[in-house]
Amino acid sequence: MGIAATEKRSIGAFIWDYLTTVDHKKIGILYILGGGFFFLLGGLEAMVIRIQLIEPNNDFVSAQTFNEMLTMHGTTMIFLAAMPIIIGLMNVAMPLQIGARDVAFPFLNALGFWLFMFGGILLNLSWFLGGAPDAGWTSYASLAMDSPGHGVDFYISGLQIAGAGTLMGGINFIATIVNMRGPGMTYLRMPMFAWATLITSILILFAFPALTINLFLLMFDRMFDTAFFNVNLGGNQVIYQHLFWIFGHPEVYILILPVFGIFSDVFSTFSKKRLFGYTAMVFATMLIAFLGFMVWAHHMFTVGLGPVANAIFAVGTMAIAVPTGIKIFNWLATMWGGNITINAAMHWALGFIPSFTIGGMTGVMLGSAVADYQYHDTYFVVAHFHYVIIGGTVFGIFAGLHYWWPKMFGKILNETLGKITFWLFFIGFHLTFMIQHFLGLMGMPRRYWVFLEGRELDLGNFISTIGAFFMAAGVIVFLYNIIHTAIKGEQAGADPWDGRTLEWSIASPPPYYNFEQLPLTRGLDPLWIEKTEGNGKIVPGEPLGDVHMPNGSILPFLMSFGFFVAGLGFIYQVDHWLGYIALYGGMAFAIGCMIVRSLKDDHGYYIPKEELEEALVEREAD
Amino acid sequence: MSIDHSLFPETMPSNPERATLEGKNKFMGLWFFLGGETVLFACLFGIYIALKNSTAGGPSSTDLFGLELVFFMTVLLLSSSLTSVYAMYHMRNNDFKKMMLWLGITGLLGIGFLACEIYEFAHYIIDYDFTFRSSAFGSAFYALVGFHGGHVIFGISWLIVLMIRNARRGLNLYNAPKFNTFSLYWHFIDVVWVFVFTVVYLMGMVS
Repeated sequence: MGIAATEKRSIGAFIWDYLTTVDHKKIGILYILGGGFFFLLGGLEAMVIRIQLIEPNNDFVSAQTFNEMLTMHGTTMIFLAAMPIIIGLMNVAMPLQIGARDVAFPFLNALGFWLFMFGGILLNLSWFLGGAPDAGWTSYASLAMDSPGHGVDFYISGLQIAGAGTLMGGINFIATIVNMRGPGMTYLRMPMFAWATLITSILILFAFPALTINLFLLMFDRMFDTAFFNVNLGGNQVIYQHLFWIFGHPEVYILILPVFGIFSDVFSTFSKKRLFGYTAMVFATMLIAFLGFMVWAHHMFTVGLGPVANAIFAVGTMAIAVPTGIKIFNWLATMWGGNITINAAMHWALGFIPSFTIGGMTGVMLGSAVADYQYHDTYFVVAHFHYVIIGGTVFGIFAGLHYWWPKMFGKILNETLGKITFWLFFIGFHLTFMIQHFLGLMGMPRRYWVFLEGRELDLGNFISTIGAFFMAAGVIVFLYNIIHTAIKGEQAGADPWDGRTLEWSIASPPPYYNFEQLPLTRGLDPLWIEKTEGNGKIVPGEPLGDVHMPNGSILPFLMSFGFFVAGLGFIYQVDHWLGYIALYGGMAFAIGCMIVRSLKDDHGYYIPKEELEEALVEREAD
Repeated sequence: MSIDHSLFPETMPSNPERATLEGKNKFMGLWFFLGGETVLFACLFGIYIALKNSTAGGPSSTDLFGLELVFFMTVLLLSSSLTSVYAMYHMRNNDFKKMMLWLGITGLLGIGFLACEIYEFAHYIIDYDFTFRSSAFGSAFYALVGFHGGHVIFGISWLIVLMIRNARRGLNLYNAPKFNTFSLYWHFIDVVWVFVFTVVYLMGMVS
């Protein structure tokens, strides 16, 4: 068996394998590990914020540390935790779902991961090198320009590198879905998660360049004394806000659309029904993505763009509630009359619907430009976006992890522990953030280090902090669950959930080439069709033959390392000439790696037909 | 089908750049990449338009720009797009030598364009003291035109690496997609220049 041989290899070979891998499943696992690490880090930062605010006039941390904590909490959770874990799940599941052997650009896929990882490490190095960024996750030019020290420079370099990685991931997924769908897998037969991946990738492609440019402008202004945001020389700081939200608003849909896909798959699998209104769901996703680019200025109602602009953006914002409502009702209708299994993944999905709907409702409230003057920069906004990002994205990530864990690792996460995690997290989440709506309406501004006694804010903040501890406890139980499952978990078969889509038709974990023969898709939910109309096995869509595979490479790792060093160089060249050595050295190294990649032919290799035949015979025997 | 089959030019299909799955992926991937690049340049154009009158007492666009040099640069870059089309035409006819010849001309025209641009920037900096730092207009101008120039530098370096690497081995199904993606990228740079020419220089002369 291949697996036994894997276990015998040394630790060094194992690490080398992961450093050089171009296999989408392994890269997906790396993304989830990296994202999970940063999720814990961001969670710790959140705990510091909540402990500081447990009582009025608290002095648990200094004002400066508090600013750094809230900046890093937001930045880490969005760029380094939520998005990478989602991209990880996409990497693991999407190629299997569309019946592909790999992604379109396996090398680029690895490069994307390592850029994200080194970008994240660079950003977090700031904690040890003179202080983290402190201008908020939005890092508005007004604040960022005046922030002393190197904190904001780390924000710029770290996000620039991580963002480049994300952009590559997006291009890779689009090309994969457009070019590499298996035989019979038409667009309207793709599972919702594959659709969500496609549309999210398009959002990444068109949104991230705006961030790239914005970070460049901020870098030029901070490090090279240009005048984009320098009002004395005719600069304009509102440009930063526009560009940030032209990126930033699609970004929130980048976070939420993939989990809509996950929930769609989870609801239909555990209700034993095909997704209700599949086509409507696809078009609702497209509509949300399209409208997502049209509403950025609703983050800027109080800037003073004028009543006409505010009115247009307010109407656009409220229009997004329509396709989102379509989705909510379709999920409910999918469950209606279904044969429902309520397991851990389904808990998260069921908890998502009311939580996310509350967040959507406050979103419509915030979308009203007139009322927004009251809510702007208060805890009401904080409560709103945590309801959509935790109640949507984080719940979706947990659902997705429970759902695909057996496919990734061959073991089912413990159901009881999963349910305990859910209830701790769910109760803690509502305890933390429900009360924050009212704190906000009572006038508590966001991002404040302390609040005063006797303003009737004490109890609300106390409850909120207690809730945060419940969420932390839930995450700890989940970590225990992972260890428990790894040691004692039951072995999962190929299809533990009685699944409907192609990924459940192959072994768990899948062989490195995914499919011996590319599967033939005969309709939506192809495996379910074969279960109900065929013999329960997927029909091959091609004759057995040699399979072409890409070679592994250490270059993505080295290239990202080069950019990491160059990023450090950019930060420190303002202080010392040694910075230039790092800058030019790192760049030269990274570009050198690119040239090596270009000069050295990489034809990949072929898995001989005989090996695949053996695997097929073995599978038949099971 | 073994990989070696793809390396025999005699048996190559008429569209070698898109005959393999890798080729198709590269073709598709580069188009999507250009989609992202479009947004990148759109942002820079937006910034430029917003800041072009913020001269902070320094030189303005009417003081600086002269259309003669820019016209010459435009001719160079637009012709280089045409020559890269010729190169791709010869690639599809499996005429490696002519392809390399036209690619070489493309590269030379690109270098000519770049030389003019460097001269132009030096002229502004030395004679007008107009730099990246002198005003918001200066920052926006050098950011937009400089980003375009940076893309030209990248394109020329890419072309040189491609030509040297493949100089002795001719065309095959492995490197044909590489030449083709370069050519697409080069067209994109050219299209962006058309907008730079219009928005920066023509509109700058009018106002």
